[in-house]
Amino acid sequence: MNLLVDAFAWIFDPAHQAGANGIPTRLVQHLGISLLVLLVASAIAIPVGYLIGHTGKGRTLAVSLTGGFRSLPTLGLLIILALWLGVGLEAPLIALIVLAVPPILAGAYSGFEAVDRRTIDAARAVGMTEWQIVSKVEVPLGLPLLIGGLRSGTLQIIATATLADYVGAGGLGHFIFVGQKSNDYPQMLAGSLLVIALALLSEGIFALLQKLVVPRGVVANQSTDVRRPSSRRVAVVGFPTEERK
Amino acid sequence: MIEFRQVSKRFPDGTLAVEDFSLVIPSRKTTVFVGSSGCGKTTILRMINRMIDRSSGSIEIDGEDIVALDKVKLRRRIGYVMQNSGLLPHRKVVDNVATVPLLNGVPKKEAHTRALELLDTVGLDRSLANRYPSQLSGGQQQRVGVARGLAADPNILLMDEPFGAVDPLVRAELQQELIRLQRELDKTVVFVTHDIDEAFLLGDQVVILQKGGVIVQKGSPTEILTAPANDFVADFIGATKGKRALHIDRRDGRDVVLDSEGRAAGVLVDGSTGTGEEVPT
Ligand SMILES: Nc1ncnc2c1ncn2[C@@H]1O[C@H](COP(=O)(O)OP(=O)(O)OP(=O)(O)O)[C@@H](O)[C@H]1O
Ligand SMILES: [Mg+2]
Repeated sequence: MNLLVDAFAWIFDPAHQAGANGIPTRLVQHLGISLLVLLVASAIAIPVGYLIGHTGKGRTLAVSLTGGFRSLPTLGLLIILALWLGVGLEAPLIALIVLAVPPILAGAYSGFEAVDRRTIDAARAVGMTEWQIVSKVEVPLGLPLLIGGLRSGTLQIIATATLADYVGAGGLGHFIFVGQKSNDYPQMLAGSLLVIALALLSEGIFALLQKLVVPRGVVANQSTDVRRPSSRRVAVVGFPTEERK
Repeated sequence: MIEFRQVSKRFPDGTLAVEDFSLVIPSRKTTVFVGSSGCGKTTILRMINRMIDRSSGSIEIDGEDIVALDKVKLRRRIGYVMQNSGLLPHRKVVDNVATVPLLNGVPKKEAHTRALELLDTVGLDRSLANRYPSQLSGGQQQRVGVARGLAADPNILLMDEPFGAVDPLVRAELQQELIRLQRELDKTVVFVTHDIDEAFLLGDQVVILQKGGVIVQKGSPTEILTAPANDFVADFIGATKGKRALHIDRRDGRDVVLDSEGRAAGVLVDGSTGTGEEVPT
């Protein structure tokens, strides 16, 4: 308990608010890395996931690839990349993107797959082009699962971005590594608490987003109507269960 | 007019769903395909709007081979109503009805005005316009489905067991509504069902199919009832039993019509045979 008090005291200590190693700077770095990774990973995973979900092709490949990627130890990957690319931002960015693509990809294609086949069939039968089926039917109806994938991806990014500073790329990991080296447990814990706070913040934002983007008719559907279950198996977007360190 | 000439459909897995199917579907009439499950009704229907592409033969609409037409454009000028309504769950009723006009670039306001009129046409209260499909009953959803099928004012309306999933009372109501609509709108309706009563009620031309899309008999309900082509048809339409095999018995000075079980189906009334189509003589 004392340690926790010390950690909070450490966080609010004015001496730790300024400079290159101050909390605000490190927080912004951590957020910056996380956002950048989220953007790049989404830019890769969402189009590919949509393509898989719409065509129903390449799913097996995607599942085994994502499974493979998911089992890569991020720290090991980070070190190999850092040895190759040198110290700096590139290595942690790539390692984090590799980590974040699978859940987002899964969210994107499972969102499409969860759409009732008969709804898509009807959309095609009334004369929607494939592009219109994607944009007017599959994207809006698949949004809840995509957001779920983004949510779990972001959580993993924020937690694992702690490792970035291991190769000198900045972020809140700094406090943990420095604290560990100097046996400064309050600082270590303070670093962890800050990461947890960020993670909770992102959870909150995504929870809100999920509420906002679920198509209204679908909300009504969930609460009042069980007559139209999806004709396809609904893939479940995994929640991160493994600790990556 | 829709004309099938020696049309066959073999699915990629090798199933020959329709073999050598030829038929003329007259304009502004209701043609009903009826037959047991898996005989190829849906396949034949969906070849008309190219949701399924035929393997061989030709299908013409008003003399124009549909392979030459753009699929999307073709579908937008053919109404399609399916069993589970197929409405977009995330769009309000009014937007669902307006789907095709909006795709065709009709301004939103105009499309919505027209959609509201169509709700009247299919007998739905306008107050339902802002609901989502899941907030409607099955029968109401089917009406919305019909309204959507009519929205682009197509000449052809394809209906695949549109009333198959609603309860008998609602079904009877929807059938009457369709008869009324057809009198007003004069569309070429192609209707699929496996209910022979529904087929006789709605069809100007009834086509009885067997596995592989083989036509066992086609004709008006009267023609089929009075002269079933073979035992299969006789059996399928129940010509020899129940409420189709009626006989007259004279009781208390009146002609009472009895079914095959001897239950009274009605009395004969002088000179009021009406259209008389459904009564076998
Ligand atoms: N995509 C497909 N691939 C392979 N076979 C198919 C496909 N669609 C339909 N079939 C087969 O073609 C045959 C005709 O099917 P169809 O759906 O036209 O029957 P139907 O008369 O509409 O039956 P129901 O009354 O049950 O709807 C069936 O044997 C069916 O299994
Ligand atoms: Mg069918």
